[in-house]
Amino acid sequence: MALLALEKVSKAFPGVRALHDVSLRVEAGEIHALLGENGAGKSTLMKILCGIHQPDSGEILIDGRAQHFSSYRRACAAGVGIVFQEFSLIPGLSVVDNIFLGREPRNALGLIRHGEMVDQAHALFERLGIDIDPLIRVHHLSVADQQFVEIAKALSLNARVLVLDEPTAPLTPTEVERLFAIMRQLREQGVAMVFISHHMEEIFEICDRVTVLRDGEYVTTLNVSETDAGALVEQMVGRRVDNIFPERQTPPPTDDIVLDARIRMAGRKHTDHIRLARGEILGFAGLVGSGRSEMALAMIGAHPVAERHMQLEGRTVTLKSPADALGRGIGLLPENRKQQGLILPFTCADNISINHLERFQSPKPFISRRREQAAVETLMDRVRVKAPGSDTVVGTLSGGNQQKVVIARWLERGCRVLIFDEPTRGIDVGAKSEIYALMKTLTAQGISIIMISSELPEITGLCDRVLVFNHGHVVAELAGDGIEASTIMTHATRQISLNHPTGAPDKTAATMERAS
Amino acid sequence: MTTPASTSAVNPKPRRQRRSRWSRLVHSPVFFPLIGFIAVFIVMALVNDNFLLPNNLTNVARQGAIIGIIAVGMSFAIFTGGIDLSVGPVMALSGTIMAGLMAAGWPPTVAVIAGLALGMVFGAFNGACVAFARMPPIIVTLATMGIARGLGLIYTGGYPISGLPAGFAFFGRGEVLGIQAPIVIMLLVYLVAYVVLHHTSFGRYVYAIGGNEEATRLTGIRVPRYKLLVYTISGLTAAIAGLVITSRLMSGQPNAGTGFELDAIAAVVLGGAAIAGGRGAILGTLVGAMLLAILNNGLNLMGVSPYLQDVVKGAIILLAIYIGRGRNA
Repeated sequence: MALLALEKVSKAFPGVRALHDVSLRVEAGEIHALLGENGAGKSTLMKILCGIHQPDSGEILIDGRAQHFSSYRRACAAGVGIVFQEFSLIPGLSVVDNIFLGREPRNALGLIRHGEMVDQAHALFERLGIDIDPLIRVHHLSVADQQFVEIAKALSLNARVLVLDEPTAPLTPTEVERLFAIMRQLREQGVAMVFISHHMEEIFEICDRVTVLRDGEYVTTLNVSETDAGALVEQMVGRRVDNIFPERQTPPPTDDIVLDARIRMAGRKHTDHIRLARGEILGFAGLVGSGRSEMALAMIGAHPVAERHMQLEGRTVTLKSPADALGRGIGLLPENRKQQGLILPFTCADNISINHLERFQSPKPFISRRREQAAVETLMDRVRVKAPGSDTVVGTLSGGNQQKVVIARWLERGCRVLIFDEPTRGIDVGAKSEIYALMKTLTAQGISIIMISSELPEITGLCDRVLVFNHGHVVAELAGDGIEASTIMTHATRQISLNHPTGAPDKTAATMERAS
Repeated sequence: MTTPASTSAVNPKPRRQRRSRWSRLVHSPVFFPLIGFIAVFIVMALVNDNFLLPNNLTNVARQGAIIGIIAVGMSFAIFTGGIDLSVGPVMALSGTIMAGLMAAGWPPTVAVIAGLALGMVFGAFNGACVAFARMPPIIVTLATMGIARGLGLIYTGGYPISGLPAGFAFFGRGEVLGIQAPIVIMLLVYLVAYVVLHHTSFGRYVYAIGGNEEATRLTGIRVPRYKLLVYTISGLTAAIAGLVITSRLMSGQPNAGTGFELDAIAAVVLGGAAIAGGRGAILGTLVGAMLLAILNNGLNLMGVSPYLQDVVKGAIILLAIYIGRGRNA
């Protein structure tokens, strides 16, 4: 008998049928992948499992006993733990305080027994095979360590079922390996795990079985050893996707420079020189925290710099704010959709039109709703946003569709340079390939794109040139056949002696010259 | 959901239906405030025989006009996720300056313009502190609340200024087409605010800033500029309220408007706005302000003690917010 069984679960939200008769069975000591495009119902199913949503029909069984989770707490008490896509830790509190939040062991006077918490935390970390100081404040930890704390927190409740919702998305390859080591250990200990990821290779590396959902319906459950990535993608999207990247064309000439930026970040010794040619996709590769996003923000005047000289099509420009950048035709699609990209209470239409409202003014300064609506719906069709209507509140859409809304905002803005920061984070294969195709279309129109990405296949599959970041600086430039995952990783992970004034920038200058 | 049509080779045209009329009404931020208003209205009419008299009803609207006008500026501030606590004292200061200038023999037009300008300057100062110096609005306006009150008292020496020219009484006691001037002024202010919020880019930015300031900034909107404008508007509407109240009383009262900021905030929140910003409707604020006015009036007619009135009003505000909590647009 399966440790966890979800039987014929259905759930509808106003206007959307999120799940229809979905079943999932996970054995003890199994890592079970849950696969599906954005909006397929994975997150909804997991929220039902964790008592955050209640199913309209269907059953949750643990050890064959029916459960009714009226709240997250009840699910936790029954042995279900979840590590959310967005971390739920409180940054200002220590690791132990986070793990035991709301159920701190107390003494007779009602005061917290701190020593006991620390001991228990140590025991948990030992079980996971990780080494984290339980007294450190969470905001000092790396993303990976924060995630391990989340796992420890779930396990501290004696979770026998552990849900990991896209745990690898923010992690570097080495950190992913550490996570997998922990997961293998938990498998040995008989924990049933549900693993959500958009990375096929991860599913084949770590999972035992996989269940595929499509449009809120159960498609199939397969043994991982008896299938392949192509087949799974086909099940997911209902069609075969052979290559998600658009066909490679000859790269545009590198001498037609649109943007020439010399930027020295605040607190850095060296100036980085970034040149962007017309119609090319320039990749910013590197580890999370290597300074790529800061550089992107600096390029639109949204991050403090020590020095910034920018030339746009040969003319010197001063950018003090994103509004200045927009005025010059430089736009940024920020890394964090929800915090930096979307205005969540707004509808799709209002989110898209927000940075070009002046186009719909007739007569000035009044906005013509009709013209705005028409323009917005054309854009939504162009990027293929799947939403009930343009007046749907954007917060209710899936991640992929939300990203398309952010992208749509920039299409009619007449930008010459677009910076995409992690454009496909947390997005399914189908939406990814649509976004790639869209980027290619834009470059064909002469728009230059900078793409920041932590996903190497994306960098190698899409970019004409790549700059590798390491410790806040550009350390290498790769072009053409030189763009290889292994080369990028070598440059990205190389230890840099920061005391050497001649280190990074000279190297950059040299490679730049070779390229041009 | 639209059908997943992405498999077709031609660009699919997903069907987009707009929300039904009824659903749009129910989801409109004005819906619950309006229900609350009607409920309280019916109760007051049942309990008091005099409540429905036309005379009483216009009095209610006129009494509510002062808070109603102030609440317009407050709405702008709250929609951006801010707040303006200085509105009461700014109202009093603007009113006393108008009175003082007229008492000193200046023509009423000039005095009124000077008073309104002063309100805007004060608001702009608030806005500059919030937008450019990046100080939290609640602290900034708490401080300027004290400053404005103090300046008003210094200017008047603590005494009301009277002896205003008779023509000035128009704004508080006059009539336009048979409607009392304060009501007309209030409706005009709401009309302008409605058009600005719903039919101009600036209005959209107001909600966008409240919805997600960081995203709005990164998408290339000059957020500080618009925040400055928002607080300037709040100062202006406070000064307009100052004009009405000074004209109504025919004297400049340096202590007028004590606690008005709280009533104005209550009106905005009763009107269905999210205190965190990004969501709300100016017509909701109008309903909220009128709801407060009929509460005051009804409780007075019932002879409820003023002390108990505060308790009842507070309880009703809590109840209203409880009912409206967590509602999405």
